[in-house]
Amino acid sequence: MSEVLLHLQGVTGGYGEADILHDVSMEVAPGEVVVIVGPNGAGKSTAMKSVFGLLNVRGGKIIFDGQDLTGLRPDEVVQRGVSYVPQTENVFPSLSVHENLEMGAYLRNDDISDALERVYGLFPPLREKRRQAAGTLSGGQRQMVAMGRALMLDPKLLLLDEPTAGLSPLYMDQIFSIVREINALGVAILMVEQNAKQALGIAHRAYVLVDGTNRHDGTGQELLDDPEVAEMFLGGGKPAAGDGSGAAE
Amino acid sequence: MLEFVNFYFIPGLVLGCIYALGAIGVTLTFGILRFANFAHGEVMMVGAFLTWTFMDFMTGAGLALHPLVAAIPAVVIAIGVSVFVDRYFYRPFRKSSPIIVVIASFGMMLVLRSLVQVIWGPNQITFVKGIAKPNGAIREATSDMGMMILVPDKHLLIMVGTIVIMLAFNYILTSTRMGKAMRAVSDNPDLARTSGINVESVIRNIWVIGGFCAVAAGVFLAMDTQFIESTMGFRILLPIFAAAILGGIGRPFGAVAGGLIIGLAEELVAYPWIGDAPLISPGYKSGIAFMIMVVMLIVRPSGLFRGKVF
Repeated sequence: MSEVLLHLQGVTGGYGEADILHDVSMEVAPGEVVVIVGPNGAGKSTAMKSVFGLLNVRGGKIIFDGQDLTGLRPDEVVQRGVSYVPQTENVFPSLSVHENLEMGAYLRNDDISDALERVYGLFPPLREKRRQAAGTLSGGQRQMVAMGRALMLDPKLLLLDEPTAGLSPLYMDQIFSIVREINALGVAILMVEQNAKQALGIAHRAYVLVDGTNRHDGTGQELLDDPEVAEMFLGGGKPAAGDGSGAAE
Repeated sequence: MLEFVNFYFIPGLVLGCIYALGAIGVTLTFGILRFANFAHGEVMMVGAFLTWTFMDFMTGAGLALHPLVAAIPAVVIAIGVSVFVDRYFYRPFRKSSPIIVVIASFGMMLVLRSLVQVIWGPNQITFVKGIAKPNGAIREATSDMGMMILVPDKHLLIMVGTIVIMLAFNYILTSTRMGKAMRAVSDNPDLARTSGINVESVIRNIWVIGGFCAVAAGVFLAMDTQFIESTMGFRILLPIFAAAILGGIGRPFGAVAGGLIIGLAEELVAYPWIGDAPLISPGYKSGIAFMIMVVMLIVRPSGLFRGKVF
């Protein structure tokens, strides 16, 4: 890990008065897939939102590509090469699929047809539905629109908040393989995932958060093999997935 | 039949056009800023007064300006006022509860109306002097049944003007980057922000479009009634809110449909549907919009076009 793309340095903060994150530190290297796992209410989504200026950060720093992101507005963060896909309400329902993608490229003034082609290449079903209102699509297809929108600016880092929450197993597999494909294009990915086993399977590295603090970190395989982690999330035949409502923590 | 078209349907459409233009601004600000803008009627009124002032000034200089020409500088000033008011009176409350901004807009309504009363006085002013041509201004068209449908020039102008503004508005919303961003912000402001859309600049443009349509509505209303007064905006605020709710909050095309329906309903209920007397006395006209609004809020608060419910 000589080079660091994103560095959370001891971040403390929350939405209102109370702190949800306590001294959380994380690193993402260029081209890496990093997964955040942890029980409900552990601050996983919150940690991700702190990068995006959606949080009152009261302590620590967020460094991206050598620049300090702490306290920037979301549109300023996007401009610097980070895109974010929220867990829910992540498409503009009354806009067509095509218009959703155009909104992803709002900051670009140049020709966006290459970026559109790339997104339609990654998500072939979207091409047929490009004139359809995004609100009429199925959950899995919406997730594709949301990820496509986030890719329109050619980000260096993509933040995904529980991209498989509420999806059927078929779509889950599809989303995981698309995450791999996006990563293969050279985009680093920081992802929160309830579906810990599958997520750790594709992760280069992972962090385990508990009660808003760092508990473990290591490569995906190390965590899969760690008995404590296994007990916490992967254990005893019980599915690791929660109820998918972890966004509000 | 002919009487119905000439004296009920056409005036209903004209009134509907005026409501529709007013409702566009209300539904845009309601959808994006989440508050019912009580000062919207006053922007219409200010626009009509400014238009009259330019006409009056140019008449003094020996030049008779058409209201629609005099409305051009009025639009520019009214938009400036709208953007200024938003920047200094509403923006500080962006993160407050919507009711705070509603009250701020109520205050702004009183401020604007009082200002107009200080400058122009509280009395009615005749809008179009000396061009009242009751018969000369009637356009004659013959329908295939050999009967006459009479549309006064001013009504024709109002309807054509509204259609032109609607087409332009439709083009902006569906085919320009800013228009699509407006719809995106209306759908989901947080997601718009995280997509890199500058929401504040979108909001400024909302005031520009809303202000433009409001002045058009005010001038059209003045052309129709041929007078202006400081309470004219407030009087049509209720049917405009009703139109915005009927169409669905945040749905500009819904607001247009809602405006036309309310305008037509207000005129058509006075038609002698049963017997010779008006079905409902024209005196109760303004109650119709209120009734539609109440029924809509109870039965289908999201409106005809599935707007937002707050």
